[in-house]
Amino acid sequence: MFERIQELLSPVVLAAIWAACKAIIILLTLVVSAAWMIWLERRLLALWQDRYGPNRVGPFGLGQVIADMIKIFFKEDWMPPFVDKFTFVLAPFLAMMFMMLAFALIPITPNWGVFAPDLGMLLFFAIAGLAVYAVMLGGWSSNSKYSLLGGLRSTAQTISYEVFMGISLMGIVAQAGTFNLREIVLWQEQHIWFVIPQFFGFLVWCLAGIAVTHRTPFDLPEAESELAAGYHTEYSGMKFGMFFVGEYVGIVMVSGLTTALFFGGWDGPFSEHVPFLWFAIKCFIFMSGFILLRAALPRPRYDHMMSFAWKICLPLSLINLLATAGIMLWAGN
Amino acid sequence: MVEFAFYVASTVALFSTVMVVVNTHPVHALLYLVLSLLSVAMVFFTLGAPFAGALEVIVYAGAIMVLFVFVVMMLNLGRKTVEQERAWLKASGWIGPLVLSLILLVQLVLVLAPMSHLTPAGTQIIDAKTIGIALFGPYLLAVELASTLLLAGLVAAYHLGRHED
Repeated sequence: MFERIQELLSPVVLAAIWAACKAIIILLTLVVSAAWMIWLERRLLALWQDRYGPNRVGPFGLGQVIADMIKIFFKEDWMPPFVDKFTFVLAPFLAMMFMMLAFALIPITPNWGVFAPDLGMLLFFAIAGLAVYAVMLGGWSSNSKYSLLGGLRSTAQTISYEVFMGISLMGIVAQAGTFNLREIVLWQEQHIWFVIPQFFGFLVWCLAGIAVTHRTPFDLPEAESELAAGYHTEYSGMKFGMFFVGEYVGIVMVSGLTTALFFGGWDGPFSEHVPFLWFAIKCFIFMSGFILLRAALPRPRYDHMMSFAWKICLPLSLINLLATAGIMLWAGN
Repeated sequence: MVEFAFYVASTVALFSTVMVVVNTHPVHALLYLVLSLLSVAMVFFTLGAPFAGALEVIVYAGAIMVLFVFVVMMLNLGRKTVEQERAWLKASGWIGPLVLSLILLVQLVLVLAPMSHLTPAGTQIIDAKTIGIALFGPYLLAVELASTLLLAGLVAAYHLGRHED
């Protein structure tokens, strides 16, 4: 009996089980940190606005998230009678799923990370491209004017910002010579963090990252002063919760990608001993940056945002790519 | 294993493409089209062309289809369109296209059958570098022509969208 179990658990099988366990641990950490980011955001906003924020449930109000979750789980799962049922249910699933899926590509430490395919960055673009459908279908299926306008805005915004999000990262691909995110981090460990040679790429990437997660100042798809709540006006209960947490998962994901692509991932002093600590610290700084932006900046007008995208960001990223390629050719020969 | 994945992906592609035609709801039909493109990307992956597969998802499913759905959303097609579509999908409308595509299918099988001895696809992986070398080597003229065509399209779109003031 014992021998048969041992036979079944050959090293290959054990390695596969361990990899699956790692993936689940990463997923749970991602979702939990995304949920507690809601608390972090409320506390930090309160701090900057000279008030307390949620501080009643548990130590420092940390239990607020659990209380909110319990409340949202037990809320009635109500669906308006005028919606397109299938797409109405599909949209929040897509919103959360694609953001979590993209996190699988991020290398966290030398030994941790879900998977690192050779086309990692292209797969990220593919996932980001498909993530548009969540907001779009959510807005359309709700069959309400506010939702539809939010969905339309979000589609136009995401499509235009995705164009130069891709181009802004191509300088990195040219310098590191690979689409593989893990190899990009290793390249930075040996040479230099990409934020210095690819500074303009970094600027454009930051804007695109904010626009893709629909955060302030680019939260026009859900601008509450003009669109009620934008694409998720008709949603309630857990379906709304998935849109909401999906947004925070997106923030964690974009912060993790910024860390991996521009700030050397786990690289730092003593990184051979505490690689995860460096990754976590860098991620935390970018996540707080998202919140600070929300606290500091007003929302621009919609046409301003679109013309900024096409007239400034796109040429900037193109020039950055051409200059990178030119310098590489000049230095190479 | 890869062969199995290929057959699963192509079955999904066939089924979803048929559903694009049969479905009477415009947005649902477009979602089937997205699914069809995703399964075609999967077919590319199983054939050893991951770069082409990734581009298929990014360009077709992630950008072009989004614009299709965008336009259909703006048209605000209601229940009337569904009924109209249903009326158009009568059996009499099916016979002509069905016979014609059957003829094409038979022709395709007849052409492909004697070629089964050719080298199978998917024995080597075609990555980004191979494609880049091919595009800027033997196919350079085609790339230049295509980019000129795109530029012409861009200029035309700019002209159409320009305000006269």
